[in-house]
Amino acid sequence: MKPTDAAVTWIEEKPLGLAERLYLPLFVQGLTTTARHLVSPKVTVSYPEQRPKVGNPLIYRGVHRLNRDTEGRVKCVACFLCATACPAHCIDIVATDSPWPDREKYPESFAIDELRCIFCGMCEEACPVDAIELTSLLDLTGKSREEMIFDKEKLLSVYDMTKDSEPMKSASLGGTL
Amino acid sequence: MNALTPFLPTIAALVKIGLLVGGLMTAAAYLVLVERWMAAWVQDRKGPNRVGIPLTKIRLFGLGQPMADGLKIIMKEDFTPRHVDKVLYTVAPLVILAASLAIFAAIPFGSVLPPLGIPGLPDPVPFLVAPGLDVGVLWVFALSSIAVYGVLLGGWASNNKYGFLGGLRSSAQLVAYEIPLGLGLLGVVLAAGSLKLDAIMNAQAESGIWYAFAQPLGFLVFLVASFAEAARLPFDLPEAEQELVGGYHTEYSGIKLLLFLVAEFLHMVTAAFLIVIMFLGGWHLWGVTGSSQEVTWLGAFIRFGVLSAKIFGVILFFMLVRWSWPRFRFDQLMNLAWKVMLPLGIANLVTVATIEEFRPQLVAALGAGPAAAIALAAPWAVFFLGWIAAGMLTPSGTDNTPIRTHNMLDAERSLRGQDLVEV
Repeated sequence: MKPTDAAVTWIEEKPLGLAERLYLPLFVQGLTTTARHLVSPKVTVSYPEQRPKVGNPLIYRGVHRLNRDTEGRVKCVACFLCATACPAHCIDIVATDSPWPDREKYPESFAIDELRCIFCGMCEEACPVDAIELTSLLDLTGKSREEMIFDKEKLLSVYDMTKDSEPMKSASLGGTL
Repeated sequence: MNALTPFLPTIAALVKIGLLVGGLMTAAAYLVLVERWMAAWVQDRKGPNRVGIPLTKIRLFGLGQPMADGLKIIMKEDFTPRHVDKVLYTVAPLVILAASLAIFAAIPFGSVLPPLGIPGLPDPVPFLVAPGLDVGVLWVFALSSIAVYGVLLGGWASNNKYGFLGGLRSSAQLVAYEIPLGLGLLGVVLAAGSLKLDAIMNAQAESGIWYAFAQPLGFLVFLVASFAEAARLPFDLPEAEQELVGGYHTEYSGIKLLLFLVAEFLHMVTAAFLIVIMFLGGWHLWGVTGSSQEVTWLGAFIRFGVLSAKIFGVILFFMLVRWSWPRFRFDQLMNLAWKVMLPLGIANLVTVATIEEFRPQLVAALGAGPAAAIALAAPWAVFFLGWIAAGMLTPSGTDNTPIRTHNMLDAERSLRGQDLVEV
């Protein structure tokens, strides 16, 4: 668009008043602003000692967990929907015949490569039995790549760790499973 | 009398140099920490607060940070690019640091010690490395110009466009602001009748009226000019990070960069010293320090403390202004120097000179009290008039109206406000 275009509305800059030309009010204004911030409460979170506040843990997409059912068994039915939905191909499931009568299959192994994961939450969306969920744990560290591949036990232990602070979303949303 | 007596003044000077250089280097290191704290607090952050005593968990609010910073920058590779002028490239940081430190030979850092009674040592011992120097102020300004030379050399020797631009800006800026700086200073020298900085402090202590109150316009001009001389925001164009990467020290790394950065902080400390000594009464504080040259040990240290506290206050002001103020554009900087600060400085000088010239006649005609009142009121009247005139007549701003046409001829017309013949 050219500056001469009729659609361009030019706004005139206001001429400086006496106060602005004398600079003093602006000077005082600037200094009071910085001085106010100098003594105002700080927003820094001293991280390892002080945990950042997660807005709503129920919708936060952090480390995964594998939920347990009421009898303490893994909830997963090894349907592969999460692995299919995963855009990063980070979920690896080995299914086998279920030892329990209420389902046909269960995961013999269930591994998530947390380094490949993009934390999009598609697995959580896809899961028909609300077995896989993203917690609000946000500091995920490890000393090797192997360590960052979370197997079934690890994912179940994440559930054990977080079940009290973050109840299963299906329950809070009125789900049945 | 013993064998050491002839060397006592030398030894005293060496002790003072040791204390001063050690103190200044430590101060520069800790001022970096203070600067980072101020920066953080102004931005609602906490700032460096972790590094304490090494190998322990004791944090001490981050007071170990300067050690970590210093160690880090010393351990870094001291890389010399191929395209630089090797000799000048190496000399530049040395020049700037040596000049910044040598300035302090003439700057008093306290009042005097009580008489020690040691034969061979002049009594009382002043807090000053070179007490015999009659031209202290000249020495300070000569050496601060040499420090500019270091900046120029660094920029030139880097053989780099950013470095060169930084050096170029620095030279123009410092040449422009030396003049208001000198004018602000001349008023003080006129009033005190001496070029010795300790004499200037004593004059303020004796009258009890700091020159900031007696010459407000001179104080304003000197303050603004010393911000520019120390290349602090809002006048830090020689090293404007956003435009020039690092300015004149773009190509420097490791310990050479450290020398530049220390010298920069020393400039700020020098500026704070000069502001406090010349305009804010030096070691004098009403009712606390007294004003005579005879002091007790306690009195000597109270004076040293008062001077240090004032200097620290001025440095905090420098740092606070850094976050309150956007950087000036280069033309605005020059406008401010030549169109505002120079006339204001001259006005101050003329006022002070007139008052000093006619003070005896005034005292004879009106008595001491009214004469002093007039001598105090007149500079303030000039201060307000000068400030209003500067605001009304020569704004340091420029016309920033955008050109609203694509036609170059129209653009020329609208810029010049006259008819141009179409070619």
